Amino acid sequence: MKLTVWTYEGPPHVGAMRVATGMKDLHYVLHAPQGDTYADLLFTMIERRDHRPPVTFTTFQARDLGSDTASLFKDACLDAYERFKPEAIIVGASCTAELIQDDPGGLAETMGLPIPVIPLELPSYQRKENFGCDETFFQIVRHLAQPQEKTPHLTANILGPTGLGFRHRDDVTEITGLLEELGVTVNVAAPMGASPVEIARLPAAHFNVLLYPETAEAAARWLERNHDQPYTKTVPIGVGATQDFIAEIRTLAGLEGRSDISRLRLPWYAKSVDSTYLTGKRVFIFGDATHVKAAARIARDEMGFEVCGLGCYNREFARDIRALGREFGVDALITDDYLEVEAAIMEAAPEMILGTQMERHIGKRLGIGCAVISAPVHVQDFPARYSPQMGWEGANVIFDTWVHPLVMGLEEHLLHMFREDFEFHDDAGASHHGGHPGPRVEGGQPPVGDADSPRDISGSMEAGVPVVQTDGSIVWEEAAERELKKIPFFVRGKAKRNTEAFAVERGMSEISIETLYEAKAHFAR
Amino acid sequence: MKDGPNIPLSTGCRDTPVLRERGQREVFCGLTGIIWLHRKMQDAFFLVVGSRTCAHLLQSAAGVMIFAEPRFGTAILEEKDLAGLADAHEELDREVARLLSRRPDIRQLFLVGSCPSEVIKLDLARAAERLTRVHAPQVRVVNFSGSGIETTFTQGEDACLAAQVPIMGDTDARELVVVGALPDVVEDQAKALLNDLGIDKVSFFPSRTADALPEIGPNTVFALTQPFLGDTHAALTRRGARHISAPFPFGEVGTTQWLAAVAAEFGVDQDLFDRVTAAPRARAQKAIAAHRETLAGKSVFFFPDSQLEVPLARFLVNECGMDALEIGTPYLHKALCGPDLDLIPQGPIISEGQDVDKQLDRALSANPDLTVCGLGLANPLEAQNLRTKWAIELVFTPVHFYEQAGDLAGLFSRPLRRSEMLHFEAAE
Ligand code: SF4
Ligand code: SF4
Repeated sequence: MKLTVWTYEGPPHVGAMRVATGMKDLHYVLHAPQGDTYADLLFTMIERRDHRPPVTFTTFQARDLGSDTASLFKDACLDAYERFKPEAIIVGASCTAELIQDDPGGLAETMGLPIPVIPLELPSYQRKENFGCDETFFQIVRHLAQPQEKTPHLTANILGPTGLGFRHRDDVTEITGLLEELGVTVNVAAPMGASPVEIARLPAAHFNVLLYPETAEAAARWLERNHDQPYTKTVPIGVGATQDFIAEIRTLAGLEGRSDISRLRLPWYAKSVDSTYLTGKRVFIFGDATHVKAAARIARDEMGFEVCGLGCYNREFARDIRALGREFGVDALITDDYLEVEAAIMEAAPEMILGTQMERHIGKRLGIGCAVISAPVHVQDFPARYSPQMGWEGANVIFDTWVHPLVMGLEEHLLHMFREDFEFHDDAGASHHGGHPGPRVEGGQPPVGDADSPRDISGSMEAGVPVVQTDGSIVWEEAAERELKKIPFFVRGKAKRNTEAFAVERGMSEISIETLYEAKAHFAR
Repeated sequence: MKDGPNIPLSTGCRDTPVLRERGQREVFCGLTGIIWLHRKMQDAFFLVVGSRTCAHLLQSAAGVMIFAEPRFGTAILEEKDLAGLADAHEELDREVARLLSRRPDIRQLFLVGSCPSEVIKLDLARAAERLTRVHAPQVRVVNFSGSGIETTFTQGEDACLAAQVPIMGDTDARELVVVGALPDVVEDQAKALLNDLGIDKVSFFPSRTADALPEIGPNTVFALTQPFLGDTHAALTRRGARHISAPFPFGEVGTTQWLAAVAAEFGVDQDLFDRVTAAPRARAQKAIAAHRETLAGKSVFFFPDSQLEVPLARFLVNECGMDALEIGTPYLHKALCGPDLDLIPQGPIISEGQDVDKQLDRALSANPDLTVCGLGLANPLEAQNLRTKWAIELVFTPVHFYEQAGDLAGLFSRPLRRSEMLHFEAAE
């Protein structure tokens, strides 16, 4: 038993959902209780997908236990087949269904559906989300890939992108373009965007480009062994890594193709004088192993930072990341306990964190800027604009993203000159972030711009916002002032201004609770 | 159209036959309630005994509240706990001891059951008794279930409250207990109104702190502010308390009728009642009127989510002039929702439970102006050109009583106004 508050990875069936949701014409029948349907919102809200994930949850209840959860599962399978007409079905159990041992795979096989049915064994009490992606994709490939001739022209598959992946959508676009330039056509990109019929065609490619080892390494290895397809080992994040990647492709493909680097700006931006202030900035890096590895190299070699700590949450890659730590002269932290990460960050006292959504929150609490480099991420990390991490444009995006949390060059000098200025102090943060510099409140700053999100029900959060300042003409009665404090802090300022304007307009000199609510009704629209 | 409430002529929906569905559901489990309960109960910690899925659910549903160190957590069961049950209790004791030493501010600890803990029959009630003995008097340990095989979404709050009823002290005093977690600001408003009506002995349940847990006895009367508190209602009744039946206090009409029922119980005279309620009623009407322009004549379709559907439909139909097409609810507690059902003119389908694909078919063919649904369905429905209001906000936002009546209407009018505002076509 292990006490957990926030987790880096969900359970393995969420990994299977990421594969299924990324794909087309595949359906996932998941034996699970109703509450597990929460996972849909990861895709529909956080990733803003406009379709429900192709997942049928059996949603068994306590009263079904012991009687007939098995036939419930079969009915769900049949309904899903008839309603969605998928090309293939994957079936599996969530943590609760694993305990009741209905054997969804066995049940589905006996049903004689006219399409491939792929059983998944995802041990919920041992493994996690990334394993779920990797294993699910591997099983799909193993069941569906057909032996066949290689294509006459030079082709490669792109392996690894899934639903809910950090920048997967744009990475695929960027790398597809890069491969084209080099003279390699993409045969199939999978799982995201591929249908079962396309998975069957994977072996037609000459080699595989493995973008995310976390989600597709098992499949890549299997294809290498069984279909004679070597796969790339370099993940093209950063300028140097992209060059290595290109070299690898040339070798694999026996090509001399070149890539146009005229739109690559990171090296010049890093060299330009304004970037001098980046020199030796101490950064702490944490995330999934692949992104951490890439980020460490970029931080040191391409930005001129000092890496003062690093680590990853996926134990599967512990060995690699420990080696990386040795290379950088720091002890690698391998943990999925965010409290340990927080402690390590406090200890290292970096000037910036490169991390996940979790580290962003840690950073908020500690008053340290954070740029997001890895899943898990939140809604704002699925931007509308094109923003890959990979290839040349990825490098440009990374430069911009990483510089953003830091104080800009000239501004830093001013900070030193006016150290004692009360609103211009070291803790003030970068001025281009607007609003909310300031006090390091316990609990951290509220996220700015989330005012329309679910509210804090107690209304008693501490906030660094001054509540009532009388400016002479209008007086807040004590009770009204207390009432005002109960209003959630992120709308409090507006409530105060509106009420005062309302009172002034009516020539009132005192604000009572009554006035406060009169004003509220007045401004109701 | 005239402003103000539509008073229905018919007998309402109380006897409308209910469409009962038992297919795939798209709803949260009761664990979700922890997200608001842990903010409300300031010295309580909620320890879920469950799986990685449970932890992930809480995290996904909590979303924005992640920035404070929360007073909840999940003790994740691992392979070795599943092998031998004796171990699981020892491990739990160890985790609880560690937690309580790190958080000396905690006065009540809830051990919250989940699907996995129930399927393996981990006896958390026994664990709670044992741990209470160990950690009393500093900490009281109570058990309830938020599992998805037993509870839907807001039923978690019901289970949490019902579990506290047996530990309430006895009293013979004539007291009013207002039941249901409300944001503090709303609770204070309610208290002020009741005090102004001359009802002084009022307590709120759940209480903000362990010490403030109401006492209860044969002279206690209680009023519910949330429709999903069926088990709590039964538990309080078993302790001899009496329920004051009324519509739920949403909007001007709901609040007035709720207060009137309480006032009648306490013999408040009509003049005083009118004097106390006149100004806030007028304000509420005015605030609603602003939104009524947008909402009147529009149709609304409720997917089952929080059990708030019936009272909210009552509000939208009665006070905002909307037409309800379907009112879906995970569970229909007729005794509690009856007064609201009475006020909704016959017409809408009332459905209980869910078969989500069939219900989606119904929604698409009904083509409502506004669909109230969970987070998993909202964007997919928007993509099919339906305007939606995601329902979870209704349990996270202050929406009860007079001063929030306008905000409540605003939650529904905003998606409609927004869709009118957005234009993407060329200027010509
Ligand atoms: S439905 Fe059950 S297993 Fe799933 S999150 Fe809720 S309690 Fe946990
Ligand atoms: S509040 Fe903002 S930063 Fe925090 S979890 Fe939500 S989106 Fe992420």
